[in-house]
Amino acid sequence: MSTKTSMMERISESTRSLTTGVDTKDVKHWVTIHIMGRGYRVPADLTIMTAMEFAGYKLIRSCGCRQGFCGACATVFRREGEYKLETALACQTRVEDGMSLVQIPFVPAGAASYDVGEEKYAYSVFSKYYPEVDRCVSCNTCTKACPQDLEVMDYVQAAVKGDFEALTEISFDCIQCGLCAIRCPAEIAQYHVAQLGRRMYGRHGSPEPEHLKDRIAQLEKGEFDEALEELVGATRDELEKLYAARERESD
Amino acid sequence: MTQDNDRAPRRERRGAGSEGMRLPYYPGCTLKTTAKNLEDSALAVAGVLGIELVELPRWNCCGVVTSLTDDDLMRHLGPLRNLIRVQEMNADGLVDDEMRLVALCSMCFNTLKQTNKRLAERPDDLEKLNAIMYLEEDYEGRVEVVHFLEILKEVDPEKIRASVKRPLEGLKVAPYYGCTLLRPKGIGIDDPESPTVQDDFIRMLGAEVVDNPKRTLCCGSYQTVANKDAVADLAYDILTHAREAGADVVTTYCPLCAFNLDNRQREVAERHPDFDSIPVLYATQLMALAFGLGEEACRFDLNHVNPTDVLNAARLVKEGT
Repeated sequence: MSTKTSMMERISESTRSLTTGVDTKDVKHWVTIHIMGRGYRVPADLTIMTAMEFAGYKLIRSCGCRQGFCGACATVFRREGEYKLETALACQTRVEDGMSLVQIPFVPAGAASYDVGEEKYAYSVFSKYYPEVDRCVSCNTCTKACPQDLEVMDYVQAAVKGDFEALTEISFDCIQCGLCAIRCPAEIAQYHVAQLGRRMYGRHGSPEPEHLKDRIAQLEKGEFDEALEELVGATRDELEKLYAARERESD
Repeated sequence: MTQDNDRAPRRERRGAGSEGMRLPYYPGCTLKTTAKNLEDSALAVAGVLGIELVELPRWNCCGVVTSLTDDDLMRHLGPLRNLIRVQEMNADGLVDDEMRLVALCSMCFNTLKQTNKRLAERPDDLEKLNAIMYLEEDYEGRVEVVHFLEILKEVDPEKIRASVKRPLEGLKVAPYYGCTLLRPKGIGIDDPESPTVQDDFIRMLGAEVVDNPKRTLCCGSYQTVANKDAVADLAYDILTHAREAGADVVTTYCPLCAFNLDNRQREVAERHPDFDSIPVLYATQLMALAFGLGEEACRFDLNHVNPTDVLNAARLVKEGT
């Protein structure tokens, strides 16, 4: 029990707002931003996410990994005097003076339910589950919106052509923030389309990795049962030693 | 894209079929899916004639159907983006000073050409679209959209005849034209009332062209989605007239016409018990056959109504081909 609590505390500590306890006397540069229409003075070197926390917001949605990987903090903003509506991840984008912004905590785009093993490996799988892909007019608004700088329109077009491999390559770094979907004039949920395509490619298109087959055979033979038992029975100290001495891939 | 003010007036085009002829090629989605038999046969035939069709990098939807409304500019973004890719191909050296874009699908050809024409006539529209597409280089208006048949017309007929290894003697062919190769004025590549642009090439293969009075009757187009019966009735009309004219096969260059005339024959037979089924081929499949190319080029396996029996009867394919 104590171990669990301690772990949760450590997680909580590691994701703690970085702005807690900022001594405003030390801040030399300030900007004014507008969050949902209300102005706030915030330190100039903050991200949108930390600036919102500095301003007093407690983020219970639109906030996840804080490192640009989870896609939870989709944000739309305009710079002062600009007509362009910009999109960004709040944890990866620094505030600018005059910026007007709001976070998008959730994108209502239903994901289809399917069994990739049962589906025909052909372009028709897209029109079956996401028929709106055929409404794409190649306007490229999705690509402009993508905070990962993916060529979103190109992977939607790859879907229309039935090119699963190209779709997989182009969409691989998608973090499913949903900004493409809320900007699309054809109302396509691009990121769901891409996930279907990648799953289909993984199941039917890409070669089966030899080492995976070997490892599954080892598991089924029970070659690791003993090692697993040892781990389950280990004390906290033993676990920590094992963790510190673990094999790591080079950075 | 560099400015080409200093460039000499467009140099004399090398005739199609000369060594190293490379042309930007726009496939379109059906050529990668349901109309793979058009792409495979056409690319193989082009290869025999010394024409290399270089696929446009990152091509997107042709636009499918050109928007005719004045205020629906967004539908021209897709076609226009493909034209910009041709500029990029030239800048990247994928083709050598070749601004012609070849389409095989007659629907894609029609849509791309209509957008190109509209933007040439209305520079204010082009300016607006260039501004919206700020991630792309501006379109300079120098691309010319052509259909594969227009490239074939540039080839020395003797070269085509010399490429025929297996003359299609005794085969009667009814070319079907539909609309997208012929209309509207300024876009079509042949007489909209009595087109012949497919016919000459079919004769060069040794086959006989039979006249079908319904060669330009509408196939029903996208009504095939919501109104199958109407399409089936039109297909019945077109195909029965071809049969009565003595045709063994019907040819087309349009994947949508091919779908309506070929795949819809199931519905035609349901509604018209007297219907006599007839193979519908892409004209390039016949060329591939006559050029002596194998099944990987002819792709008869992808036709809904299998043409091999008819071609067997005319002793044109070996058993099992």
